[in-house]
Amino acid sequence: MHIVGKAVPRKEGRDKVTGQARYIDDLHFPEMLYGTTIRSPVARGRIKNISFAGDIPWDEFVVVTAKDIPGENAVALILLDQPFLAEEFVNHPEEPILLLAHPDKYLLEEARRNVQLEIEPLPAIFSLDDSVNKKEIIWGEDNVFKSFHVEKGNVDEVWESADFIVEGEYRTGAQEQLYIENNGVIAIASPEDGVTVWGSMQCPYYIHKALLKLFNLPEDKIRVVQVETGGGFGGKEEYPSMIAGHAALLAWKSGRPVKIVYDRAEDMAATTKRHPSWTKHRTAVTRDGKLLGMEIDFVVDGGAYATLSAVVLSRGTIHAAGPYFCQNVRIKSRAVATNVPPHGAFRGFGAPQSIFALERHLNKVARTLGLSPEEFRRRNFIQEGQTTATNQVIHEKVDMDGLMNRAFELTDYHAKQKRFAEQNPTSRQKKGIGFASFMHGAGFTGSGEKYLESVVGAEATVEGRVRILAASTEIGQGTNTIFAQIASEALNLDYDSIEVAKPDTGNVPNSGPTVASRTTMIVGKLVESAVLGLKQTLISSGLLKENYTQADFAGACRSYIEQHGALKSSSKYKAPPGINWDDEKYEGDAYGAFAWAVYVAEVTVDTVTYEARVDDFLALQEVGKVIHPVLAAGQIEGGVAQGIGYTLFEKVVWKDGRMINNQMTNYIIPTAADIPPLRVFFEENPYLYGPAGAKGIGELPMDGPAPAILNAIEHATGMSINYIPLMPESLLEILGGERA
Amino acid sequence: MPDASRKVEINCTVNGERQTLHAYPMARLLDALREELRLTGTKEGCGEGECGACSVLVDGALVNSCLVPVLQVEGAEIKTIEGIASSEQLHAVQQAFITCGGAQCGICTPGMIIAAVNLLERTPEPNEAEIRTGLAGNLCRCTGYMRIFEAVVHACQSTEAKS
Repeated sequence: MHIVGKAVPRKEGRDKVTGQARYIDDLHFPEMLYGTTIRSPVARGRIKNISFAGDIPWDEFVVVTAKDIPGENAVALILLDQPFLAEEFVNHPEEPILLLAHPDKYLLEEARRNVQLEIEPLPAIFSLDDSVNKKEIIWGEDNVFKSFHVEKGNVDEVWESADFIVEGEYRTGAQEQLYIENNGVIAIASPEDGVTVWGSMQCPYYIHKALLKLFNLPEDKIRVVQVETGGGFGGKEEYPSMIAGHAALLAWKSGRPVKIVYDRAEDMAATTKRHPSWTKHRTAVTRDGKLLGMEIDFVVDGGAYATLSAVVLSRGTIHAAGPYFCQNVRIKSRAVATNVPPHGAFRGFGAPQSIFALERHLNKVARTLGLSPEEFRRRNFIQEGQTTATNQVIHEKVDMDGLMNRAFELTDYHAKQKRFAEQNPTSRQKKGIGFASFMHGAGFTGSGEKYLESVVGAEATVEGRVRILAASTEIGQGTNTIFAQIASEALNLDYDSIEVAKPDTGNVPNSGPTVASRTTMIVGKLVESAVLGLKQTLISSGLLKENYTQADFAGACRSYIEQHGALKSSSKYKAPPGINWDDEKYEGDAYGAFAWAVYVAEVTVDTVTYEARVDDFLALQEVGKVIHPVLAAGQIEGGVAQGIGYTLFEKVVWKDGRMINNQMTNYIIPTAADIPPLRVFFEENPYLYGPAGAKGIGELPMDGPAPAILNAIEHATGMSINYIPLMPESLLEILGGERA
Repeated sequence: MPDASRKVEINCTVNGERQTLHAYPMARLLDALREELRLTGTKEGCGEGECGACSVLVDGALVNSCLVPVLQVEGAEIKTIEGIASSEQLHAVQQAFITCGGAQCGICTPGMIIAAVNLLERTPEPNEAEIRTGLAGNLCRCTGYMRIFEAVVHACQSTEAKS
C-alpha cells in the first residue's frame, strides 16, 4: 500500500466545501464582548493626552491602556522592542495605543471614533534611503536592526583581472499577504484560570511565548488553540501575537470572553507586509562568461520595530547569490528601520527580493558579455560537490542544466524567442519570453532548527487509530493530509485510520512554527519517526510482528493499552549528519536541502494601453519526492499567482508611512480572469533525510515569477526594468517616453 | 420608507425554509444570515463587494450579501452554501472541489462554490473563458484558480455522466 504520491482527499475537505468549517469569526461565546483597537494617526510622536468625547456611555466600556498590562509590555519574538500598547511614544501609523470592548459592536465603532488622541509629532522617515542615510535616527544608534556579512574567497582581488565588471541596482515594493480571512482571535482570561486564546494563526507557540511575558504567568496557565485558518502566507506568523495579547488584556480586565476580528481596512493598514528592498550588484566575469566575483549589497525596510526582520534578512542574504558557483562572493546586508508598520513574514521571506535582483542582474551581465541569458547561466550553474555563497557543499544531485532543458522544451522557448523577435517590430502587441533559475532552502536557516528542537508526538487508540500531535497548523496548504499520508505510509495503515490533532498548546508538543517550507520536510520527518516509535514499542513488547495487517496493528494496540496503559511516542529534531553552521562567520550549511527550479513566463505588452499580461507560465521544480501531487501543484500554482500579483498588480501606496489603498477595491490581486495557464511540473529526486524523500516547497514558487516576467518584458520591449511592482503607468512612462 | 433606526420584520425563504428576520432595514444580509440565522458558511472577506466570499443566491441571482440591505430580501428565496448539498449528498460542484483540490484554506470556498453553481445553472457547459468570467468576482489567494477551473469542468462532466 503506497499512499505517498497519491492524491487522497484532503482531511478537512468536506467541511470546507459545505460551509461547516468554523473559522474564528464563526464562533460565538456566551457573554462575549467585542474588542477594538485605537491606533496612532501619526507616524512618530509623543502621546500627550487621551480623552473620551462624544455622547457615548463610556462607563459601559472596558478600556485598556499600557498601564493595565500585568507583565511586560513587549511582544516577545526576537527582541523585546515592540510594545503591545504604546505608552509614551508612537513609532508608526496605526500603532496600537488603547483598547476598547463592549457587547454591541456598532456602539463600539461609534466609541472608537470618539477617542481623541493628542500626539505631538516627531520627525519621521519613510524610505530605505532616508533610513540608510540616517536622515533621522529612529531606532537604536544607526537605524540598523541587523546586518550580515557573508565572505567567500577573496572578492577584492577579482576586479583587476575581470574582463567585465557589471553593476546594477534593483528594487522591490511591499506586498500585502491578503489572506481572504482577516486576523481574529477570541480570548478568555482571569488571574485564577490563566489565559486561553482561540484564533486564526500559523504559530500557536509564538503566541504562547508572547502571552507568557505579557501576563507573567506560568506556562501551563497559557493555552493557545488554532481554529480553522483562512490563509496565512506568513501574514499570520507573528502578528497574531499582538492581537491575541490585545483580546486577552480586554478579557483579563473585563472577566468576559472578548473577540477581536479586524475588518479588511484595518488588517491591511495595520498588519505586516513583505519587506521592500533594494539590492546593488557588482559582478566580475571573464570574457568566456565565467563568474569571477560577486559583491552584493542587500537592504530591506523592516518598519518601526525589529519583529522578524533579522531572519527575513538572513534568508534573503543567503539566497542572494543563487544556484551558481562563484569562488569569490561578498554579501553585505542590512535590515533598517522606518516609521511604517513593521514589515514581516510573507512567503519566501526575503528570498523573492534578493532573487529578483540576481535574476534580473544576470540578464544584464549576459547582455554585456554578448551571451544569451541562458548560455551565461549554463556556464555557471552550481554542480554537485561545489559550494554556495556560504561555502555549503552541495551533496545532493543537482541538475539545473537538465531542468532548464526540460523547461525550454515544455515552453517551446527557443522557437518562441525567435518568432516573437520576428513579429514584434510590426505589432502593437509585443510578445516576450523569459525565465528565472533559482533555488530555495527548506527549513530554518543555519542553526535555526537545532535551536528550535521541535517535537512531534503520536498516540494510538484501542481501535488502532493513530493520532498525530503537533503544533504545525493547517492553513490551507494541506498539513493534516500530508502528515496523515506520511504516517500511513510509515506504518502501512489506512489513511483513514490516521488523525491529526488540532493544534492546542494544552495538548500538543511544540513542533515549531508553520513557516519556512519546514512543515513537510522537517516536521513531517518527525511525524514519520514518532509513528514508527509506536510500531517499535508494539514490536519490542512482542505484540506485533514486522509484517502486519491493519487488524493485527489494532489488536496489538488494544493488548498494549490494556496491559501497559497509553501507547505514546514522541520524536525530537536531530540535524542530519554533516550539517554544520557557523553563526559568527555566517558560513556553512545554511539549509538541509534546497528545491531547484526553472520558471518560464510568456508575456504580452500592449504598447497602446501599456498593460503587461502574462500569457503562459511554466513552473518546473525538483522538490524531492512529491507526497501529494494535487496539493503540491496547488502550492506552486498559488505561489506563482501571488508572484504574478507581486510583479504586475499589487502596489502598496504609501502616504506618510501609512498604506492609503488599504482596500481590495484599490489594492488589486489577480482574479480568475487575470491568471494565465499555470503549468506545473515536478522532477523527483528523493532527499535522504526528508519524510519519504520529500523536501519543502511552500515558498519556492514565490521566488521565480517576478524575475521571469521582467526578463520576458525585457525580451518583448527591449527595456530593462529593475523594479517591481511594474504598473501600467510605469510602462507608459518607460515605453511612451521612448517613443516620444 | 421604514424608520432606519428601528428593527423591522423581513420574511423570506432561506435554503427552502421560511424565515422571519428581525433587523435594521439597512443591516447587511450577510450579518442577518451569520448572526441571526447562524449560517456562518457565508464569509466576510472585504465588506465592499470585491472578494465574493459572502456570495449567496437571491432569487437565483448571484449577489454579494455584504452589499445587500436586508430590506431588499423581503419575499425572496435565498440560498447559501448550507443549502447547496442535499442532506448527505454533496452537490457535484462540492465533490469536484474536493477531488480536484479546488479548496485550500477554504475561506473563499463557500462563495466560490455558490458562484460556480450559479454559473452552471446559467451555462451548463461553460468554456474556459466563461468559467473565468463567471468566477472573476470571487477572489482566491491560495490556489491560483487552476484547480477551481478544473473542478468546474469536472463537475460538468460528472453531472453529464449521471444524466
